[in-house]
Amino acid sequence: MYTDKVMDHFTNPRNVGEIEDANGVGEVGNASCGDIMKIFLKVEDNIIQDVKFKTFGCGAAIATSSMVTEMAIGKTIDEALELSNQAVAEALDGLPAQKMHCSNLAADALHEAIKDYKEQNE
Amino acid sequence: MKQIYLDYNATSPVRPEVLEVMLPFYKEQFGNPSSVHWAGRAVSGALEKAREQVAALINASPAEIVFLSCGSEGDNMAIKGTLGALKDKGNHIITTAVEHPAVLETCEALEKEGYDVTFLPVDKNGTLDLADLEKAITDKTVLISVMWANNETGNIYPIEEIGKIARKYKIRFHTDAVQSVGKVPVDVQKANVDLLVISGHKIGAPKGVGAIYIRRGTRMTTFMHGGHQERNRRAGTQNVAGIVGLGKACEMAAAELDDYYKRVRALRDRLEDGVLSQVPDIKLNGTPDREQRLPNTLNVSFAYIEGESLLLNLDMFGIAASSGSACTSGSLEPSHVMGAMCVEVTLAHSSTRFSLGPESTAEEVDKVLEVLPATVQRLREMSPLYNCGKTAEDCETCETVRRI
Repeated sequence: MYTDKVMDHFTNPRNVGEIEDANGVGEVGNASCGDIMKIFLKVEDNIIQDVKFKTFGCGAAIATSSMVTEMAIGKTIDEALELSNQAVAEALDGLPAQKMHCSNLAADALHEAIKDYKEQNE
Repeated sequence: MKQIYLDYNATSPVRPEVLEVMLPFYKEQFGNPSSVHWAGRAVSGALEKAREQVAALINASPAEIVFLSCGSEGDNMAIKGTLGALKDKGNHIITTAVEHPAVLETCEALEKEGYDVTFLPVDKNGTLDLADLEKAITDKTVLISVMWANNETGNIYPIEEIGKIARKYKIRFHTDAVQSVGKVPVDVQKANVDLLVISGHKIGAPKGVGAIYIRRGTRMTTFMHGGHQERNRRAGTQNVAGIVGLGKACEMAAAELDDYYKRVRALRDRLEDGVLSQVPDIKLNGTPDREQRLPNTLNVSFAYIEGESLLLNLDMFGIAASSGSACTSGSLEPSHVMGAMCVEVTLAHSSTRFSLGPESTAEEVDKVLEVLPATVQRLREMSPLYNCGKTAEDCETCETVRRI
């Protein structure tokens, strides 16, 4: 059902955890549909220096969270805002159709975290 | 890696003795049992033998057994066939909120056609209040349909008591016994059941075969139109090999029932005791009274984590179990059984069912107990719900999550 890349990120998720002095935090999803993603950012000079995540959810939710952290690190916040859920799914060589709308929220969580960073630093 | 199968409520492997008796019917004994010639005669006797074997397991007479393609067909036939035959008497069905989809969705479809359906609620342990059942009965009630045991929690329902109520009010009584046949004693006379459904693949027969018990004298409209097979009860050339297999599986189940119960119950209790004592923050789903649960079923929710991710992790150790999470049901909502029991929604998403079978061993149970605590902990460390100061809340609004 899942691609090798999804299983790799699910079994060995990258950047799991919290950043103590994060300057941007975003959370999306809700318990009733079974997926909650929380992204922690450390931004310096407009560049994402560090990203960590915590996720409650299925295999796809955990794998997309892991992938989005890898894709975001080192990007400027404007570049990171262009990352889409679709791009995250493609980087994992695709997701099963029924997972595309319910568990593919990682880029949204990243964008929420960036929004939080921008609000804190206005 | 050794594979550990703990999903017997989903399906079971065909037992070697069952396969053995089936094989001739794929080879030399290929005839159509309705044919008058030698090829037909050679197999029609086998069908009747299987009918006797199935009947013996549930204390019915062979003429009351009709072979089908699966349990879902039986539930559809029982409900629709009854409403059609009794349409002059009434249009009200009483069932429960925790039925298998084969009953629940059939009733929901009938509701859309204008029938009245009462879905009886269950309490937090998934048990029924029979006072609710009696109160729901009206002069238009033509059918009570309550499963013998629940596939997710293993809860056994008071079928004999319900049978008494059905008799008192002269209402027809159907029970989906797919999960209970072969696991606990099932006696259609004692329980005063009119219609009872069995599925082959849950008890070591192949997929694609089932049976329905129809009490003698029970009028039904035809569900499958066509030829005159099964005493005009069900058209279609019989799945002879499958039926022979079902017969053998029923014969074995009857002979082994006491041993099965003791052995599987001991293994399930070992698993249940181990899980409850070794993993913190969990909730048992179903009645805590183990006598009132199938001997092979354990359903637990692990707070803060989601069911599919736990199943995938267990799968990496070769362990096969199942979950009531939305992700495993193909819908956006978790199991309707957990919803009806008012299980808080994240706990419903993490509900995990282990169901054992005659091939299960103590080594397999111990392997699960070795792997599970660390696997749960690893997923909890990744969860934003864990250690965030909030505890798993109780469900505030008791709402049955109805599918569709």
